[in-house]
Amino acid sequence: MDIYLPIAGQSVNALLIIALGGLVGILSGMFGVGGGFLTTPLLIFYGIPPTVAVASATTQITGASVSGAMSHLRRGGADLQMGAIVVVGGLMGSLVGAAIFRALQASGQIDVVIGSLYVLLLGYIGILMLKDALIALGTIKVKAPEVRPRHNRWVASLPLRWRFYKSGLYISPLAPFALGFGAGILTMLLGIGGGFILVPAMIYLLGMPARVVIGTSLAIILVISAGTTMVHALTTRAVDIVLAGLLLVGGVVGAQYGALLATKMKPDLLRFALAIVILIVAGRMALGLAWRPDEIFTVEYL
Amino acid sequence: MKRLRAAVLAVVALGLMAQAKPVLVPDVSARRVEIRYSFTGAQLLLFGAILYPRGVVPEKTPDIAVVLRGPVQPILIREKEKIAGIWMNADSSRFRSAPAFYAVASSKPIADLLDERTAAIYEVGLQNLQLSPGTGALPEKARRFEAGLIDLRKRGGVYYENPRGVEISEGVLYRARISIPSQVPVGTYTAETFLIQDGRVTSVATRDIEIGKSGFERWVSLVARRHEFLYGLAAVFMSLFLGWAAAMVFRRRF
Repeated sequence: MDIYLPIAGQSVNALLIIALGGLVGILSGMFGVGGGFLTTPLLIFYGIPPTVAVASATTQITGASVSGAMSHLRRGGADLQMGAIVVVGGLMGSLVGAAIFRALQASGQIDVVIGSLYVLLLGYIGILMLKDALIALGTIKVKAPEVRPRHNRWVASLPLRWRFYKSGLYISPLAPFALGFGAGILTMLLGIGGGFILVPAMIYLLGMPARVVIGTSLAIILVISAGTTMVHALTTRAVDIVLAGLLLVGGVVGAQYGALLATKMKPDLLRFALAIVILIVAGRMALGLAWRPDEIFTVEYL
Repeated sequence: MKRLRAAVLAVVALGLMAQAKPVLVPDVSARRVEIRYSFTGAQLLLFGAILYPRGVVPEKTPDIAVVLRGPVQPILIREKEKIAGIWMNADSSRFRSAPAFYAVASSKPIADLLDERTAAIYEVGLQNLQLSPGTGALPEKARRFEAGLIDLRKRGGVYYENPRGVEISEGVLYRARISIPSQVPVGTYTAETFLIQDGRVTSVATRDIEIGKSGFERWVSLVARRHEFLYGLAAVFMSLFLGWAAAMVFRRRF
């Protein structure tokens, strides 16, 4: 079933796009990631122009996180106070990110920077999560179970502490603000929702309990991706509403099943699975940097 | 008497035409191609007749080349190179007028029809496209980038040559089929027909074809350009609504 996309200016197989949306939706509901790190490369691989792929994937992330966030909120698994602070930082970070993006684009090195950042970030986070999950599952035995502090030492040293009842934390709001700021920059640069950065950072840096992490991260992604969609509609004009709609139809349904799966699976297994997904994507991106690309020449419209 | 006069006139008219060259009467199957939701590309039939002076078909049938060309765009081409183990963009080159679509069909391979100079003058054949490389570019570099662009677009299906794509029947009627893929930009396309005799172009005829979006597709791209803010809001609300609707539907089910 072929459908013509008015903004992308080409026709695509509608069923394939819906299936892609559904797959990403399942991941989004299960792990609390937006799924942009999968949607965007897959759409580009399919032949959609990169700017349209990035902008429309952002729109899809909003929808996928709504249904995920709602089902987590219903189960009481979100810290909105913490989320609001991260969002404020994130929106400021995305403005800085947009400026960096434009500078890199003008120099023609945006692809390499995006690729390298993906590899470094995903590789680091993936290994960290994999190690943790394996320890928790009892596959690796740690000789001396060292007592880990509840949260990072730098986070603990920040002034101005607030109480976050939902997370059971007493930390400075500067820490989630800085986290949001960093995530915002990366969101704009990498064209992703930022979930796969937020989730590990909230667990490992802020020390939030796992049960509120996914809902909180989805609520943050919801607001940031809606904001980014508006920015794209106003500046790049690359949001293809038909493409986003197709992705969403699959995505929102997938997110529901994903959230359901998340409640039925052991959290450590879940973390293990996410670590594997992240490492596969990182490996694929590393190969893409080192291997001779299919296309030596690329066309940019002036 | 009247009949005689008509016959005389006809002879005179033919005599006048004898000094003229053959004339092409071209047409296309569609003057306007509409892009709708199910648009997967279009097939154009470019056909016509060759009118010879005095209506006499020469013994040696002339050849026909048909060129369909899309709107030209200024572009920047970047070339990747392996630097320190990583493939990154190194060199780049600008071209001021690269057609978004270029297809040529001919009754024989272009090389057999025209010498290089003539083919270059009429821009017949992919090797003869005038892409206008940016000023200051070295000729070898411009050629390398040109070859890269043509190869890229050839594989994308927007540049192609069909050396046996024109059929000529009875030496008078010709027709060529050219398919346009769905990813071409909208705009005015020109179909040029060349009548070639003994390595010379003896007649040229041009027809314009409009490719445009229509209906919902046209409306969406207009709104996206003119009412960006509303369009963005619509996209956000659509995603919020679909997400909410799915959550509602599934809440009942589980």
